[in-house]
Amino acid sequence: MTFIDFNFYLFATLLIVAALGVITARNPVHSALSLVLAFFACSALWILLEAEFLAIVLVLVYVGAVMVLFLFVVMMLDINIEQMRKGFVRYLPIGALIALILAAQMIWVVGPVGPDVLADDSLQQAVRHDADYSNTKELGRILYTQYVLPFEIASVILLVAIVAAISLTLRRRPKTKYQTPGKQIKVKRNDRLRIVKMDAEAKE
Amino acid sequence: MLTVSLSSYLTLAAILFAISIAGIFLNRKNVIVLLMCVELMLLAANINFIAFSHYLNDTAGQIFVFFILTVAAAEAAIGLAILVVLFRNRRSIDVDQLNEMKG
Repeated sequence: MTFIDFNFYLFATLLIVAALGVITARNPVHSALSLVLAFFACSALWILLEAEFLAIVLVLVYVGAVMVLFLFVVMMLDINIEQMRKGFVRYLPIGALIALILAAQMIWVVGPVGPDVLADDSLQQAVRHDADYSNTKELGRILYTQYVLPFEIASVILLVAIVAAISLTLRRRPKTKYQTPGKQIKVKRNDRLRIVKMDAEAKE
Repeated sequence: MLTVSLSSYLTLAAILFAISIAGIFLNRKNVIVLLMCVELMLLAANINFIAFSHYLNDTAGQIFVFFILTVAAAEAAIGLAILVVLFRNRRSIDVDQLNEMKG
């Protein structure tokens, strides 16, 4: 068992334990924290696969941004946990059964037992790159040439997501008093100021 | 058997996908955990892409994962925004109570 094998089994076990934690945790906050652990384990696996750029992006974007968003929403909403857990035991047998069947089917196809669909010679030995090989440079080179149009579409998708998220959660409360700058600018002197003519009064 | 190959990574992704399917069945009242299970599913798909990209020595798979990450981040942001609006209107995120459309 080499160093890479040891690391693979270590982080694969961690990933599966964390995923089980996500779906079985009683408290949604614990689910979110388990998901963070799952993302870390997965990024370690991606480093083993020499996808260093995406591994770092997974940690920065997912653990740093998306999971913080999840935790923020979980803590902002006042959720009745006991009510949420209703039906957990009832659906446990059917959920476990379907998951087992699905996993068995997929492992039968791609796993070490069953029909050897991955026996193709080109899939057997991966190329291990040298130490001076830069995954980020390689990705950047084809991302900005061959895939530049999809890259720009991705930026439009992010823009749409920003606009959608803000416009969904923006709330105008009817009771709140707002300033309307247009009306403030248009106001004339006579609207605000009234000069009252009166006679001078003698001191008593 | 113990040597790591493409098949090991695909098996791991299959197990992860099955776990998140089970999570959707078990936590069908809590929309937040449902969204987390969707994230796990996308992660399983990404593991497949990166494993194939490594064993075929082709960077196109990693580009695809890049775009999946983008779309998944957008999906999480919009999903959580919808969730906040839902909670504001209904005071609950129980999926069973969302039956106004009679769907």
